[in-house]
Amino acid sequence: MPKDEFQARDFKIVGTRPLRPDGIDKVTGKARYGADVTAPGMLWGAVLRSPHAHARIVSIDTSAAEAMKGVKAVITRADFTYQPDDPGLADVLDNCMAGEKARYDGHAVAAVAATSKKIAHDALDAIKVEYEVLAHVTDVDEAMKPDAPVIEAGRQQENVPAGLSENVTSRSKYGHGDPEAGFSQADLVIERSFTTAATHQGYIEPHACLATLGADGQGDLWVCTQGHYMVRNTCAGLLGLDAGMLRVTASEIGGGFGGKTHVWIEPVALMLSRKAGKPVKLVMSRDEVFRATGPTASSSIDVKIGMKKDGTITGATATYRLQAGAYPGAIAFLSAMCGFAPYDLENVRTEGFEVMTNRPKAAAYRAPGAPMAAYPVESVIDELCQKLDLDPLETRLKNAADEGTKSAYGPTYPAIGLKATLKAAQSHPHWTAPLGENQGRGVACGFWFNFGGDTCVSLMVNPDGTVSLSEGNPDIGGSRASMSMMAAEELGVPLDQVRTIIADTASLGQNEVTDGSRVTFAVGLATIKAARHAIEIMKERAAMTWGIDPEAVDWHDGAAHPAGPNAGKFPPMTIKEIAAIASNTGGPIAGHHEVNAEGAGVSFATHMVDTEVDPETGAVKVLRYTVFQDAGKAVHPDYVEGQFQGGAAQGIGWAINEEYIYGEDGRLQNPGFLDYRVPVASDLPMIEPVILEIPNPGHPYGVRGVGETSIVPPLAAIANAVSRAAGVRLTSLPMSPPRVLAALKGQ
Amino acid sequence: MSQIHVTATINGDETEFLCDPTETLLDVLRDHLDLTGSKEGCGSGDCGACSIILDGRLVCSCLVLAAEAEGRSVETIEGMAEGDKLHPLQEKFIEHAALQCGICTPGILVAAKNLLERNPNPSEEEVRYWLAGNLCRCTGYDKIIRAVMDTAAEMRGAA
Repeated sequence: MPKDEFQARDFKIVGTRPLRPDGIDKVTGKARYGADVTAPGMLWGAVLRSPHAHARIVSIDTSAAEAMKGVKAVITRADFTYQPDDPGLADVLDNCMAGEKARYDGHAVAAVAATSKKIAHDALDAIKVEYEVLAHVTDVDEAMKPDAPVIEAGRQQENVPAGLSENVTSRSKYGHGDPEAGFSQADLVIERSFTTAATHQGYIEPHACLATLGADGQGDLWVCTQGHYMVRNTCAGLLGLDAGMLRVTASEIGGGFGGKTHVWIEPVALMLSRKAGKPVKLVMSRDEVFRATGPTASSSIDVKIGMKKDGTITGATATYRLQAGAYPGAIAFLSAMCGFAPYDLENVRTEGFEVMTNRPKAAAYRAPGAPMAAYPVESVIDELCQKLDLDPLETRLKNAADEGTKSAYGPTYPAIGLKATLKAAQSHPHWTAPLGENQGRGVACGFWFNFGGDTCVSLMVNPDGTVSLSEGNPDIGGSRASMSMMAAEELGVPLDQVRTIIADTASLGQNEVTDGSRVTFAVGLATIKAARHAIEIMKERAAMTWGIDPEAVDWHDGAAHPAGPNAGKFPPMTIKEIAAIASNTGGPIAGHHEVNAEGAGVSFATHMVDTEVDPETGAVKVLRYTVFQDAGKAVHPDYVEGQFQGGAAQGIGWAINEEYIYGEDGRLQNPGFLDYRVPVASDLPMIEPVILEIPNPGHPYGVRGVGETSIVPPLAAIANAVSRAAGVRLTSLPMSPPRVLAALKGQ
Repeated sequence: MSQIHVTATINGDETEFLCDPTETLLDVLRDHLDLTGSKEGCGSGDCGACSIILDGRLVCSCLVLAAEAEGRSVETIEGMAEGDKLHPLQEKFIEHAALQCGICTPGILVAAKNLLERNPNPSEEEVRYWLAGNLCRCTGYDKIIRAVMDTAAEMRGAA
């Protein structure tokens, strides 16, 4: 892992707060999102979905729909004749269009393309599906029992212990030392069980795409996604297309939070287009988004921690049972890795179980697996602090991981910022502010890995000396601004001389999806390296002009300079001057960089929150919220703060309101924003962001990712605040009024 | 089913369109008139991304039938700037970084403009309650509230 990329420097542009380049388009309504484009001759698509949680599809009769005026194509699974040999891809296909069984309420079973939205939806009503309804299971603990209805047999890995349902597909284990020995050294051991509900990413823009696929196998797809290369590769794999024949362009994206790192409707739209011979636009309704796209996993967790009177944690274990939904593969292994990651422990063991149920396939949601991992751990630590009369920040500092700590999931940490966030919390006025009646203050820590991955960037120096930067990751929170800033910083040119665009899949090499908080780190690293590549070329051009060696040329302040008195006396050549004569010195100037970026820096946060509990209704009000997080280097502090605030707000929703509610019939009862209540403006206070900057050794400017860590601590921080306010430990999320009231009455 | 002929004033321009009786005003704005700045986030009046002003009143255009626009005045996000001159709210939203993905931004700007026309000096609580019908999933609302408050202060100073 490269740890020597970072070099301290004085920044001119990085760390400032310029206006974002896509701002005007977004405040005037000009920005084009997934559903905002049309094509000549375009048809409207619509998808028929199963009303049953679990049912064998006996037959589908599409003849009446096909006979309707304006209907140009009707498809079912039978139209997907190409069989992907990869089992993961086969699952994706089955999730996009059900094969033998509908596995959850909302599972797609047929689709239509027609000349109007109305005709398309009328045609869905004309499709006759005969179902044989099967027994279902939507609860993770029920699904693990040996007699539970089995969603799909034969998917269990060998690492799953005997005696569990085949729905349990895998078990992962992490840790070191001997927790039992650790517990025997403790002055107090607390063991508790917790649950968290499935929550949805809740992006305001439903999934949408515009697909064109010809009989010649060439296609174009416009789509809102976090990764258009992933969309291309997946769709090509499902439809038997050559990836190079399918060009995918990412629209502006109206939120994703991990939920747009998968495909659902894109292969369906392409198949409809191929069958109809026309472009097809397919847009999900909100109901479809809730019922059929990935929520995060619900979870059931046991945590046991032993602590000495001085606050030292002597032993720790956790078992995470996470709901994968209708197909194998959830994120319990990530929970098992993240739960104790903030602490320096001698004795720690965790295990994670992935469990299939009759719910939509769980999708990534901002630091997937980490919030429900931190919640029970930080809750038990808080309770230990209460019972041993210890300060919760001081106790965390005492056990905090630092550079050189062997983490609970294996690796040894390089320089990290956890202690800096805890110390910042201790010295913040929030920590000592007075509390009123029925109010409580909670703190919690959180961890996320941050990722790197495949990244490809191209930087063109135009004939007038301006710079065009092409990157391949959808801009989900201001990354075009950050990339332009890093390119301008490295080149030494004014920011307004650089414009960054998101290129389509035919214009750059493979790029990993916008996930793992990787973009500012990995694409930033590639941007800096591409700029350095362009600088090398420009130094060569200046050297050629001056008749000296390229090694005798320096680059700074946007110009080539003779490296010293021995190099000769030449006035500097600016980027504009070098670009103007590029045609005579060897041709166009462009830098590029391709890398599987390693060296992502882990990040930590500490959150502090005050809540008030209404003893009559059980309602929880968030009064004050402060986020302390290590950004490594904040390239554009406004948007770093925005990530801190947004993650905290989503965590507040998860902790207090948000919940997938299934009925006895296995159907989702709240597939809309009225009944699935995300935080609104009047629910929240200002959220104060405090940025710490402990440089990541693996990035030239010290950048770590910032997007995900901010959702990790809130569940626990709020649970700790509510538990202290209510005088009773809350162990089930969301802490909705009925649950809080029941806990108050149960005292 | 025959289509309905509607004449309405949209962003100051007299506009004619034909619509199906079941189509919403949002459908017509987006699909027939290419005014795609108004977004459909839910189709049930819960998210506010399709907010418009109908005869001076803030409404969700997904809850208005297109035929109801006959003879009425419709203001959308596309009518907020005058040429290349942004409305102060639009400028402040960029300045305060009050948007991330931007999908909720048009609806919030339309709603906030309507608030400031009714109440040039709103408290933070009044802004929060007025915008409670506009969901934003990215920002936690902090910078949005600050941008609206700052715009209000500046517009009061200029008035």
